[in-house]
Amino acid sequence: MFNKILIANRGEIACRVIKTARRMGIATVAVYSDADARAPFVKMADEAVHIGPPQAAESYLVADKIIAACKETGADAVHPGYGFLSERASFVEALDAAGIAFIGPPASAIAAMGDKIESKRLAKEAGVNTVPGSPDAIESTEDALKWANDIGYPVMMKASAGGGGKGMRLAWNDEDVREGFEATRREGKASFGDDRVFIEKFIEDPRHIEIQILGDKHGNILYLNERECSIQRRHQKVVEEAPSPFVTDKMRKAMGEQAVALSRAVDYHSAGTVELIVSGADKSGESFYFLEMNTRLQVEHPVTEMITGIDLVEQMIRVAAGEELAMTQDDIGIDGWAIENRVYAEDPYRGFLPSIGRLVRYEPPVEPWASDGAKNDTRGVGGVRVDDGVAEGGEVSMFYDPMIAKLVTWGETRDEAADLQVAALDAFRIEGPGHNVDFLSAIMQHPRFRSAELTTGFIAEEYPEGFDGAAASEELKRSLAAIGGVIATVDADRARRIDQRLNGRVHPPGDWAVRIEDRDYAVRLEEDAITVDGEDVALAMEYTPGDRMVEVEADDETLTIQLKPTRTGYAVTTRGATHHLRILPQRVAHLADHMIEKIPPDTSKMLICPMPGLLVKLHVEKGEEVQPGQPLATVEAMKMENILRAEKAGTIAVINAGEGDSLAVDEVILELE
Amino acid sequence: MSANIAEMERRREAAKMGGGQKRIDAQHAKGKLTARERLEILLDDESFEELDTYVEHDSHDFGMEDQVIPGDGVVTGSGTINGRLVFVFSQDFTVFGGSLSKRHAEKICKVMDMAMKVGAPVIGLNDSGGARIQEGVASLGGYAEVFQRNVLASGVIPQISLIMGPCAGGAVYSPAMTDFIFMVKDSSYMFVTGPEVVKTVTNEEVTQEELGGAVVHTTKTSVADLAFENDIETLLQTRNFFDFLPLSNREQVPERPTSDPWDREEHSLDTLIPDNANQPYDMHEVICKVLDEGDFFEVQPAHAANILCGFGRVEGRTVGVVANQPMVLAGVLDINSAKKAARFVRFCDAFEIPILTFVDVPGFLPGTSQELGGIIKHGAKLLFAYAEATVPKITVITRKAYGGAYDVMASKHLRGDLNYAWPTAEIAVMGAKGAVEIIFRQDRDDPEKIAEKTKEYEDRFANPFVAASRGYIDEVIYPHSTRRRIALGLRKLRTKQLENPWKKHDNIPL
Repeated sequence: MFNKILIANRGEIACRVIKTARRMGIATVAVYSDADARAPFVKMADEAVHIGPPQAAESYLVADKIIAACKETGADAVHPGYGFLSERASFVEALDAAGIAFIGPPASAIAAMGDKIESKRLAKEAGVNTVPGSPDAIESTEDALKWANDIGYPVMMKASAGGGGKGMRLAWNDEDVREGFEATRREGKASFGDDRVFIEKFIEDPRHIEIQILGDKHGNILYLNERECSIQRRHQKVVEEAPSPFVTDKMRKAMGEQAVALSRAVDYHSAGTVELIVSGADKSGESFYFLEMNTRLQVEHPVTEMITGIDLVEQMIRVAAGEELAMTQDDIGIDGWAIENRVYAEDPYRGFLPSIGRLVRYEPPVEPWASDGAKNDTRGVGGVRVDDGVAEGGEVSMFYDPMIAKLVTWGETRDEAADLQVAALDAFRIEGPGHNVDFLSAIMQHPRFRSAELTTGFIAEEYPEGFDGAAASEELKRSLAAIGGVIATVDADRARRIDQRLNGRVHPPGDWAVRIEDRDYAVRLEEDAITVDGEDVALAMEYTPGDRMVEVEADDETLTIQLKPTRTGYAVTTRGATHHLRILPQRVAHLADHMIEKIPPDTSKMLICPMPGLLVKLHVEKGEEVQPGQPLATVEAMKMENILRAEKAGTIAVINAGEGDSLAVDEVILELE
Repeated sequence: MSANIAEMERRREAAKMGGGQKRIDAQHAKGKLTARERLEILLDDESFEELDTYVEHDSHDFGMEDQVIPGDGVVTGSGTINGRLVFVFSQDFTVFGGSLSKRHAEKICKVMDMAMKVGAPVIGLNDSGGARIQEGVASLGGYAEVFQRNVLASGVIPQISLIMGPCAGGAVYSPAMTDFIFMVKDSSYMFVTGPEVVKTVTNEEVTQEELGGAVVHTTKTSVADLAFENDIETLLQTRNFFDFLPLSNREQVPERPTSDPWDREEHSLDTLIPDNANQPYDMHEVICKVLDEGDFFEVQPAHAANILCGFGRVEGRTVGVVANQPMVLAGVLDINSAKKAARFVRFCDAFEIPILTFVDVPGFLPGTSQELGGIIKHGAKLLFAYAEATVPKITVITRKAYGGAYDVMASKHLRGDLNYAWPTAEIAVMGAKGAVEIIFRQDRDDPEKIAEKTKEYEDRFANPFVAASRGYIDEVIYPHSTRRRIALGLRKLRTKQLENPWKKHDNIPL
């Protein structure tokens, strides 16, 4: 076994490897760039070596620096994590030459699978399903019809250079092919100057399902079930789960055996993943096709660990050290259900704009990397596992992936795991950068997610207009109103304990009007009952003024709420949305009716500064007509220039800021008409 | 019920109706509450005790003798906010447009005199068309009577003005002399001469909002401290604000219970200061993590944001906070920020509110607009205010404390009681680069040498230890221990005694 492992990576995956290495009694070395000098993984490792400036190309991607760091510290093996150098065959060869073990697959397998065409060829040879299609350009409508019928409808006719909807035509029958083939060619010619057209099977209701592979250097290769990662946003995975609700035992076996066959074809060892695209429309489960093979540990590996109890990092280390797998395919089972949510520093309320900056507050629902020992330490605490690489006071840097943490839950059933996600997301406190916790919670509660009708288009289809908070039930709003009443009473009681009072003790009001959206709830606190609009509400909570997170038992349900004081009450965040509670003593509530509702300005016609920064350039003048996508202003924040562009066409009506101005977040830079 | 009790009730009811239902409806239609409704929200339930309910004007000109409404356009009296005594006057726009008559002024003066006698704050709710023109000079006299009282009360009892409607002409000078002004957006404005006069005299076209609305006064002019969306928000926030203030200069700061531990450590503060000295960070984070429950009531947040001023509590007791804000203009001191902070420091000193100062200041802002604008005199205001203040003063230097600005920001030399520095502090005459370019002027064209000397200067001065070795810094502290240090310091300073030499008054460079 190795004495010392160097992790050629950063963030959560570096922590992940260190955690297992430590358990195995192996010393660890971190490498870090300037931007990561204060990062948790650096502190967590036994030793740390600085390898250069923040840009990955000058630090984490420089193989020579990694090898030098190994020599300097005497590390005898390198774990590459994912990304960076993890799938670079030349890196494996360089380590080999230096006599350092690579904790991953052989260089030849990395090279073979890294080539799109080569990997597809290998897959086909190994008997893996690939998306049926014409190998060459098709010349005539007649040929097109022949191919289309061979492949089976529906098919996609694709101009060679086509993409993004252009030069692409879907055909459901011969008629469609006859009508569309020539048109597709013409479009290809007109748009791209290339009239070659191919025909490919169109995958209906596509789902992304992948098989986890684990092999040793002694020819043993197993599949550790599948993961489904259909919920993606712009090809970035957001939610992953294991097993897949779509996969049957039979399908799992077929997919698994094909994946093993492919792995065997390239003499694979270590952990790897065969990614497949699956047609959800074909309920037989036979329509699954090879996409690519990832020759590394995947981000979403924890869901596999949770249902199998296999520590994948441990297995990778053992395999790299030459050990034989201590299990057979028959030992691999599925125990329960696991779901992973990726908590990203991107703001779903602002079109998923990447958000960077300091984590002013960061409190995950359970202690990161902690474990109650369940299922070989893979299930975190009470089925909630947090894998992260940040800490309060740390920075989400613009130089790297904006993932803050992976929140992984395990339950006996899929619903249980999803419920646990909702509860854990409620208790995830992040202040500073914008984040997608509410969005993840909304997905976890979404009826379509619960019914497992997933496709890779889930987010685009369910949130076509963007995200505006999860819908709240009337029961939840009533509970929130009651909670608002309790909090207001406790706050008022404390305020009345100020000294220098004129008369003795003044009692706080017990009658409140709590407004949520445009509905008023009459909340009354009595000796031992709370009523909302005259009806009893079962509510138990312990709140002390100043608390920002409170656990509430409401109607037999445990609810964690996060609180932020506002000028007239509280903003309460729970269950994937923030609710603004206006809380007034009942005796004066009727006066609020006289307040004039101020219609918020139409922000779609404004350029709003997304982050505090310096206005370094205004690209437009008053009266100028602009087109969508045209640069309007450049704001420098954190030494990075951000070009703000027009979302809609229009004319610049007002310019409110000048070059050189310091702008606050949400400041209106200019207005269009 | 006897007839005289019935008569009293009838008269009370009549007084409560102010200018009548029609005018009340008109007031509501504008999104404004009536004078009494406002007091209902501002004061504790049933605590308002009205005085002078039946006061009437004594005017006999222009038909005024036929129009008599009890109360005469202002509701006055006292009540409590969270149990503490406060005197109030609330102008009633439904009665003669809230215009100020001699009797109206007398009512205001009466509550102010009471407040002064007993030592309790005055909150004025302003909603008035101006002077009662029918009364002529009597009305002007009334204003001046109020002004005189504002001045005498200044520094004795806190005075807060809520501008909840028009406030124009001479009327503006009473709020102007109070300690804090809060305005309601879209329904209040303050100016000496209105848009029509402006148009006649200077031919400028300007709206009421542009000339004296809440936004203008809280961003550009700094006449007002805070702007709120509507009456309710204004009144609720005034209640919160009131809880920070002592009742008078004879009383200690108020104290209320908190469960926030006095020795709470905030380890994230250890990583607040960026590695790059030119990179900003948000000073609000330090303030909120040091104060009880993260509760910081900021005043003038939208004006001169390069300095932050506001109230908070430590161990339940009020403190005033002044802090440079590196996020805005690198936290530099300029005319506006110096004026803003100077006034705030003087308020705290007048009312025995301890002052916490967080320093990250690169110096004074250079430029012709500053120099020709009189930065010398205006900058001196803050220096003067800190120097004369005798309240407990605790200063924490988080990063830069350069040049004259170091002296100004509650330095040891200005009788700072406890002057702490974080290990990231740099106390120096100026930044290393600037210093080297002066000291080694002859090497200006040798970038290598300049870089080497800059490094040397940094190593020598870009730290808190040179200042600490001279005793200018009392202790270099862990950022995470800042709250504990401050809480302990404030406890120890509760018995602080320090008096300035007797004088009639000082001569601050106004």
